[in-house]
Amino acid sequence: MRTIIFRSIAPFLTSLMVLFSIFVLLRGHNEPGGGFIGGLIAASALAIYGIACGVAAVRRAIYYHPIAISAFGLFMATLAGVLSMFAGVPFMSGLWIYPEILGVELALSSVLIFDVGVYLVVVGAISSIALGLEEGDRD
Amino acid sequence: MAGKTAPLEDLSVAYVMDPVAAADWLIPAPVVWCLLIGALLVMLRKRTALQPLIAIPALAVLALMTIGLLWHVVVNGTVTMTMGRWLPPFGISFTVDLLSAFFAVTSSLVALAAGIYGRSDVDDSSRRYGFYPFLLLIMAGIIGAFLTGDIFNLYVWFEVLLISSFGLLVLGSRPVQFDGAVKYAFLNLIATTLFLVTTGYLYGLFGTLNMADIAIKASELRGTAPLMTLVTLFLLAFAMKAAAFPVNFWLPASYHTPRIVVSALFGGLLTKVGIYALLRILGMLFPVEREELSFLIALAAALTMILGVIGALAQNDIRRAMGFLVISGIGVMMAGLALGSPAGLSGAILYAAHSMVVMTALYFAVGIGARLGGGFRLSEAGGLYTRNAMVAGLTLVLFLSVAGLPPFSGFWPKIMLVKASLDVGAWWLAGAILMTGLLTTITVGRIWALAYWRPMPDTVSGEAPDERDLSPLSMGATAALGGLVAITAAAGVWPEPVMALAQEAARGLLDPSAYVQSVFPVEATQ
Repeated sequence: MRTIIFRSIAPFLTSLMVLFSIFVLLRGHNEPGGGFIGGLIAASALAIYGIACGVAAVRRAIYYHPIAISAFGLFMATLAGVLSMFAGVPFMSGLWIYPEILGVELALSSVLIFDVGVYLVVVGAISSIALGLEEGDRD
Repeated sequence: MAGKTAPLEDLSVAYVMDPVAAADWLIPAPVVWCLLIGALLVMLRKRTALQPLIAIPALAVLALMTIGLLWHVVVNGTVTMTMGRWLPPFGISFTVDLLSAFFAVTSSLVALAAGIYGRSDVDDSSRRYGFYPFLLLIMAGIIGAFLTGDIFNLYVWFEVLLISSFGLLVLGSRPVQFDGAVKYAFLNLIATTLFLVTTGYLYGLFGTLNMADIAIKASELRGTAPLMTLVTLFLLAFAMKAAAFPVNFWLPASYHTPRIVVSALFGGLLTKVGIYALLRILGMLFPVEREELSFLIALAAALTMILGVIGALAQNDIRRAMGFLVISGIGVMMAGLALGSPAGLSGAILYAAHSMVVMTALYFAVGIGARLGGGFRLSEAGGLYTRNAMVAGLTLVLFLSVAGLPPFSGFWPKIMLVKASLDVGAWWLAGAILMTGLLTTITVGRIWALAYWRPMPDTVSGEAPDERDLSPLSMGATAALGGLVAITAAAGVWPEPVMALAQEAARGLLDPSAYVQSVFPVEATQ
C-alpha cells in the first residue's frame, strides 16, 4: 500500500480527519457526534497514517503509548464524575459554567470533560489494536 | 413508572433534590477510586518498581472506604445514590444494603492481601504486563457488581471484571495459560451472553431495570408474565458464573494455570460474584419463583458440593485440588439459596464471606508451599513442616477452616445450613453438607499428610534443602497469609458480629421494603 500517491496524501488526510474528529467530538452534546464517534474517526486517521508511513512513524507521532492515552481518558472521564462531589450533587451529574471569553459565551461542562475522556479511551484502545495488527501484518 | 399517573405538583417536588450528604459519597467511592487508581497505574505500567508502592496503599484505602460504607449502612440502613441527578428508575442507582457492604468489605480485604502477596509472586515482566492495573480494575468490577442496584449495570460490572480477569489469566503468556484462558473465556462469555439476553427479556416484561422497581412490579406481573422462564434463565446464567454443577467445567480447566496470586483472587472472589447475583436476583427479587425452583437448586447444590470435593480428592496437583474445593464451597452456598429461609440465606452469606477469605488464603499457602520446595505435585511434595513450621501451622488452620471444623470460620455457616435444612425436613441436603465436610477433611488431611508431614522424598535429590528454595519466601507473602488466617480464626472464635451481620443481611433480602424505600423515598411517604 506504500505507493507514492498514498504516502503523499496520507499526512494531509490524517490531519484533516483528526481535525474533523475533534469537530465531531465538540458538536456531540446536542447533535449527532460525541466522544465515541470522534474517537473512532481519529483512530482510523492514525490507522491510515500507519498503513501509509509505517507503524513506527505513528508511534513517534503520538508520542505516548496508545494504552496510556486510553488510560488517561478513563482517568479523565472518572474525574469528571467526581467533580459533582464539590457541587453537592450525585456522582456523574452534569455541571455547567458559562464563562465569557472575547465576548463569546462559552458553555463548558463536566459532560464535555467526560466526553473528551471517552474520546481518548476510544482513540487509545482502537489505535492500539490497529497498530498491533499493522505491525503483525509485516512479519 | 408507567400505569401510574403522578399529579404535576408531585413531579415538581421531585425536581428539587436535597444536597448529597458527604457520607453518601461513600456509596460510589470504592468503584470510582478503583477506576482512578487503575487508570493511573495503566499510565505508569512501565514503572514497575513504583506500581506496588501506589497499588498497595490504594488497596488499603479501598478497604477503609468499604469499611466506612459498611459502617454507614449499619448506622443508617440501606443507602442509595442515583447517578447524574436522574431519578430512579431511569437513573442508575447504586443501592447498598448490608449484603452489598458486607461482601464489599470482605472482597476489598482479600484484594489488599492479594496486592501484598503479589509483590513477591509477580515478577517484573508480569508487572509490566499490568498485574496491578488489572487488580484495581477487577476490583472496580467486583465491587461495582456488589453495590449496583440496576440489573443492566450489574451486567456492565460483570463485563468489567471479566475483561480484567482475561488480562490476569494470561499474565506471563505461557501456552498452558492460553489453553486455560480460552476455556474460561468461552464458557464465561456464554454465561454473560445468556445474562444479557435474559436482562433484555426482563426489560421487555417489566419495562425497568432498577432492582427496587422490579421488586415492586414483580408481584403485579406474577399472574400474567412468564416469570418462571426468566428466573430459570437467570439461574442458569449465574450458576455458570458461580461454577455450580453441571456448568462448572471451566473452573478446574483454568484456575490452576495462572500465577498463584491470580488463582487466589479468582478462587476467592469471582465465583462469589455469581453467588451474590443469585442471592440478589433469586433471593430478593423473585422469591416465589426461587421457591418453585428450590428442589432443582438443592439438587444442583448437593451434586456440586459432593462432586466438587470428590474431584479435589482425586487430584495430584494441589492447585487443581483447590479449584475443586472452590466448587464444593459453591455447592454449600447454593444449598442456602435453595432453602431460602432466613437461616439458610444467612448461612449462605456467611459461607460466601468465609470462602472469599479462606480460598484466597489457601491458594497463598499452596504458593508459599511450592516456593518452600514442595512444588505443586502432591506425589513429589514433602517435608514442608520441617522447612517452615509457622507456615505449616497457618496452612493447617486453613485446612481445618475449609473443612468446616471448629473453632474456625467455616464451622458456623455449616452449622446454620445443616440446621436450616433439618428444619424443613431436607435431611438429604443436610447429609450432603455433612458428607462434604467429611470428604473435605479427608482431602485436606491427605494434602497435609503428604506435603507437610511426610519427610522430603528422595526423588528430589537426597541432599539437604538448599538455600535457593528458602530465600524467596518474603515477609509480605507470609504477612498476607497470616492476615487472612487471623480473619478466619477471629470469625471462628468470635462469630457473633459477623453472624448478626449475615442474619440482618438475609432479613434485608427476604423483606426488600427497606431496599425499595431507600430507592423510592417519595413513594414510601405516600
